[in-house]
Amino acid sequence: MREAVHIGREPSPRPDLDELMTLVAQGDQDAFAALYDALAGSVLGVARGVLRDRAQSEEVAQEVLVEVWRTAARYRADRGTAVNWVLTLAHRRAVDRVRSVEAAAARDHRAALLDRTTAHDEVTEQVEVRLEHEQVRRCLRTLTEVQHQSVTLAYYRGLTYREVAELLSVPLGTVKTRLRDGLIRLRDCLGVTA
Amino acid sequence: MRTIDLHTLTGAYALHALDDEDRAAFEHHLRDCPSCAQEVRELAATAVRLGIAAATPPPPALKDEVMRRIAAVRQEPPPTAAPARSAVRRAGAARLPRWALAACLAAAAALGGTTVWQYDRARDARAEASRAEQRTQRIAEVVAAPDARTRTEALGGGARATVVVSQSRDEAVFAASGLAEPPSGKVYQLWFDDGGTMRPAGLMDPARGSGAVLMEGRVGDAAGMGVTVEPAGGSERPTSAPLALVEFPV
Ligand SMILES: [Zn+2]
Repeated sequence: MREAVHIGREPSPRPDLDELMTLVAQGDQDAFAALYDALAGSVLGVARGVLRDRAQSEEVAQEVLVEVWRTAARYRADRGTAVNWVLTLAHRRAVDRVRSVEAAAARDHRAALLDRTTAHDEVTEQVEVRLEHEQVRRCLRTLTEVQHQSVTLAYYRGLTYREVAELLSVPLGTVKTRLRDGLIRLRDCLGVTA
Repeated sequence: MRTIDLHTLTGAYALHALDDEDRAAFEHHLRDCPSCAQEVRELAATAVRLGIAAATPPPPALKDEVMRRIAAVRQEPPPTAAPARSAVRRAGAARLPRWALAACLAAAAALGGTTVWQYDRARDARAEASRAEQRTQRIAEVVAAPDARTRTEALGGGARATVVVSQSRDEAVFAASGLAEPPSGKVYQLWFDDGGTMRPAGLMDPARGSGAVLMEGRVGDAAGMGVTVEPAGGSERPTSAPLALVEFPV
């Protein structure tokens, strides 16, 4: 038997799903499999939050991951990390789906809202229970109640800010600013840079 | 909408919470407002952290389906000529062809009969499912940690190993793809390398030749990790020469 493989004497300067993405853009299916392993759980989690329905969320997750493969050449490392690129796409697609489903079904707007959110207190509770990520949970707790509810309903349930305003019975302008200052507080608490 | 109002839409935009009309107006504004563009990047990255925290384990069939589909999907060409670069540097590592890897596995299999350290606890299916969910989430968290450092290396024969270490979380994730299946009755076991002393760090799922694994235990002062082939259930100490030793990225 030959000697074991000794790997990596020189640390790579960048962390690297971003590098995997470069390989994916060159048609490397193994690299894509590794990227899948790292990100599929988060992609599915995002879709499931917004869509609720297991089959639909798996369908959207699948679409997103295939789109990542297909459009990998568009990814630009200088504009953000691969994680950000993939999960932003996942949330966008989940939101597109939930809104098109509602439009197609021409459901009563308010009924659709209620269907998607149940009671908003319950939603934020459910979300908190599921969040194992200590840091995110701790940081969400630092938000005011309206910030917390607005951010949670918009991100985890895919509501527009008009829908959030309607559901929480607060003025539109208030929701706009709460989404912004809530996210800014989260950004600072989590130490996010971009 | 007045410009002063548009500046406040960064949060709603980053959360995809604008309807089509507002979104078009804001995107128009974004082209001329670098401070909003920067804020959107930061807030979108913040939203991503919310997404990572909601990770849930995908059913195995999803991966099969996605891999089947991408094999048949034509990729978009790069916008310009592909940059001449090798994204993954091999750092002088010897590359084992697949047959050599197979030979290692066969040799390891022949050792056999060593101390087996069996997990003998009752399995509660629900607890297991919940643990699987937590593992998936923790894997996502380690990978996305602000200080996560990754090394991806070819092992030869198409096999590839990736190690992600987060010092702040004191955790590491190992992923392999294209690795040959372990011989029957054997498993791949992971180890932390504490200055030459190997500390058990869990097993890879024997049913899968690839996948990400959260290494069990703390990184501590480990300078690297190794992979060996061990009897089912794993061993307390390595009973075969490592297939790979990976130094943690600094
Ligand atoms: Zn602006």
